Amino acid sequence: MKKQRTVTFNHNPLLKRDLPAWRPRMVMLALMGCSLALTGRALYLQGVNDDFLQAKGESRYARVLEVPATRGRITDRHGDILAVSTPVRAIWALPSDARLEPAQARELARLLEMDVNELNGKIAGGRDFVYLKRQVPPEVAQRIADLRLPGIHQQKEFRRYYPGGEVMAHILGFTDLEDKGQEGIELAFDKRLSGRAGARRVIKDRRGQIVEDVEAIRSPRDGDDVALSVDGKIQYLAWSALREAMEEHKAKAAAAVVLDVRSGEVLALVNAPTFNPNNRNNLTGAQLRNRVFTDAFEPGSVMKPFIAALALERGKVRLNTPIDTGSGRLTIGSATISDTKRHGIITMAQVVQKSSNIGTVKMAQQLGAEEMWHLFDQLGFGTQLNLGFPGETSGRLRPVKSWRPIEQATMSYGHGISTSLIQMARAYLVFAREGELVPLSLTRLDGAPSSGRRVFSAETARQMRTVLAMAAGPGGTAPRAQIPGYTVAGKTGTAHKLEDGRYARKYISSFVGFAPASDPRIVVAVMVDEPSAGSHYGGTVAAPVFARISEGTLRTLGVAPDMPLTPLQLAKRSAEEAAAGSSGRENM
Amino acid sequence: MVRVDAVLVALAVASALGAISAQHQARRLHTAFEREQARAQALEVEWGQLQLEQSTWATHGRIEKLARDRLGMQVPPEGQVLVVEP
Repeated sequence: MKKQRTVTFNHNPLLKRDLPAWRPRMVMLALMGCSLALTGRALYLQGVNDDFLQAKGESRYARVLEVPATRGRITDRHGDILAVSTPVRAIWALPSDARLEPAQARELARLLEMDVNELNGKIAGGRDFVYLKRQVPPEVAQRIADLRLPGIHQQKEFRRYYPGGEVMAHILGFTDLEDKGQEGIELAFDKRLSGRAGARRVIKDRRGQIVEDVEAIRSPRDGDDVALSVDGKIQYLAWSALREAMEEHKAKAAAAVVLDVRSGEVLALVNAPTFNPNNRNNLTGAQLRNRVFTDAFEPGSVMKPFIAALALERGKVRLNTPIDTGSGRLTIGSATISDTKRHGIITMAQVVQKSSNIGTVKMAQQLGAEEMWHLFDQLGFGTQLNLGFPGETSGRLRPVKSWRPIEQATMSYGHGISTSLIQMARAYLVFAREGELVPLSLTRLDGAPSSGRRVFSAETARQMRTVLAMAAGPGGTAPRAQIPGYTVAGKTGTAHKLEDGRYARKYISSFVGFAPASDPRIVVAVMVDEPSAGSHYGGTVAAPVFARISEGTLRTLGVAPDMPLTPLQLAKRSAEEAAAGSSGRENM
Repeated sequence: MVRVDAVLVALAVASALGAISAQHQARRLHTAFEREQARAQALEVEWGQLQLEQSTWATHGRIEKLARDRLGMQVPPEGQVLVVEP
C-alpha cells in the first residue's frame, strides 16, 4: 500500500505555524468583557435604575385623567328643575407658545366676542398662564378647537343655570366660577350638592387613544340632588304679589314667607328687589339681600297676640274681660304710650282686634318680666333657626335682667325687640297648630311631620284663632286680608324704623296670618319696607298682599273652602248674572 | 424527540399568537367601552340641558302671560267658582 501523505485542511502545513498563545486568550477575554458589560448594563437598568425608567416610560404613555363629577340639581317639591349645571369650557393660553398671526387673533377674538386688542393684551401680559375667557358654550369652544391655534388650550368646567330666574333668586343663591356655593341654598347645602371628581390612570397610544385602563384611583361621585320644600307655583304667586305691592306703594323693599302649617315646610320665600342669578353683572347689595333671613326689624303690633295669649294661658284675662284703654294715652315713668284712636273700655278680644297699644300694655303689666322673656325665648326670638342659611340673623332679645318697666311695656307691642320675618312666621305656627311650635324645613319632608314643642294649650290657641279672625275681619285692622270662600286670621303691624338709634318717620308694614282660620293650612307673613305712596299701615299695605298670596296658595293646595259661598248659589242660579257681576278681579 | 419539540414549539407559537390577539381584542373592547361611556356622559349632559329647556319654557311667568294674552284666559272671579262637595 502506497503511503501517501494526505493533505487535509486541518493539517495544512501552512497552518502548522503556531499562533502566539496570547491571541486566543485575548479574543476570549474581549468577548467575555463584552458579555460582562452587557450583563452589567442589563442589571443596572433592570435593577438599580428600574424605578426611574419605569416612571419615564409611564410618563410617555400613562396618563391620569380626571373624571368630572356634576353638581347635584335643585328641584322644587314637585321635582321641577330650579338649578342645573351643564358643562362649558374655559379658554386659556400659554403666552410663551401663543404666537398668533393677526388674522388668527382676529378670528379668535370674534369667536370669544372680545376686542382683539384686549385679547392681544391678555396674551402679551407677561404671565405664564392666562384665562382668555371662562364659561364659553361648548359649540363655540369646539369651533375654537377646530382653529388649532398654538398655545391656546381648553379646560372643562361647569356653569349653573337657574331657569326660575329672579323668582327663585334669593332662596337658591348662586355658585361661583368653580361651581362652589356662594349664597342661599347653594351655600347651605353645598356639601350635599357638590360632587367629588374622580381620577383614573390609563395608557394612551401614540394617537392619544386610551388603550388600557390601568387603575381607578378614585371613582367620581356626582353631587346629590336636593328637593326643596318650595312649591314653584306658590313661589311665583308670592313673587308677583310682592312685585305689584312694591310698585303700588313705592316701597324700598318687601318680603314674604309661606309656611305649611302641618309640616313646618317653607312653601315660598320671596324678597324684593331681586336679581337674575343667570346674569350677575352690576348687582347691588340691596338686590342680593335676603331680607326674610338677614333683616331683623321691630315687628310692632304683630307681637300683641303672643302677649294676649300668655295672659289668656295664665288665666289673667278671658276673651270678654273688659280692659280700660282710657283716653288713648298712658304714662309709664317719663314715657307716654298712645293709641291711634281712643277706644275707651273694650274687651280683651277687641284689644287685639283694634290693635290697642294701651290694652296690650295693661295685659303685659299683669305678667312678670321673666314670664314674658321665657315666652319670647320659647317662640324662638333671639335664637337662630339654624337652617344653615348664610347670614341668618338671630334677632334681638335683651336679657331679662336689663328690662326696665317701660321696656317690658313697649316690648308687649313689638318695640325694643327685633325679629326676622321668618322667625315671626314660625312663631305664628303656635296659633295655627294648637299651641305647638315645630322646626322649619327648607327641604321636602317625606316622612311624618315632626312633633313640636308645646308653648300654649290647645284651648288658648283655639281662642286666639277666633280673636285673630276678628282682627282680620270687619271692625278689625285688616278687613282687606279677607279672601272669598275662606276664613282668614292674622294681625297687622306698622312699626317705625330705627335709624341711628332713633325712630324715624319711616315705616315697616307687616301682616302675619293664617288660613283657613277654622283649620289652618298655611301661615303667610308679609313685610313691606318704607311704603311711601301715601298709606303705610299694615292693614292697607301688607294685608292685601297676604290676601292675594293666601287665596292663590289655598287654591293651589286644593284646600276646600270653609266659608259658605253665597255668590256660589248666585252662580248656580244664573250664569249671566254672575258674569255681569264679575268685577274683573285680578287674582293670580 | 424531534417530533415532541416540534409540537411544543407549535403550541408555544399558537399560545403567543393567542395572547396577542386577546390583548388586541381587549384593547378594542376597551376603546368601545370608552366610547360608550363618553356617549353616556354626553347623553347625561343633554338630558340636563333638555330639563333646563323644559323648565325655561314652563316658567310660571311665561305660562301666565300666554294664558292671559294669547288664550284670553282669566282667573274665575268669585261667584263663578263651583265647589263640588264630596
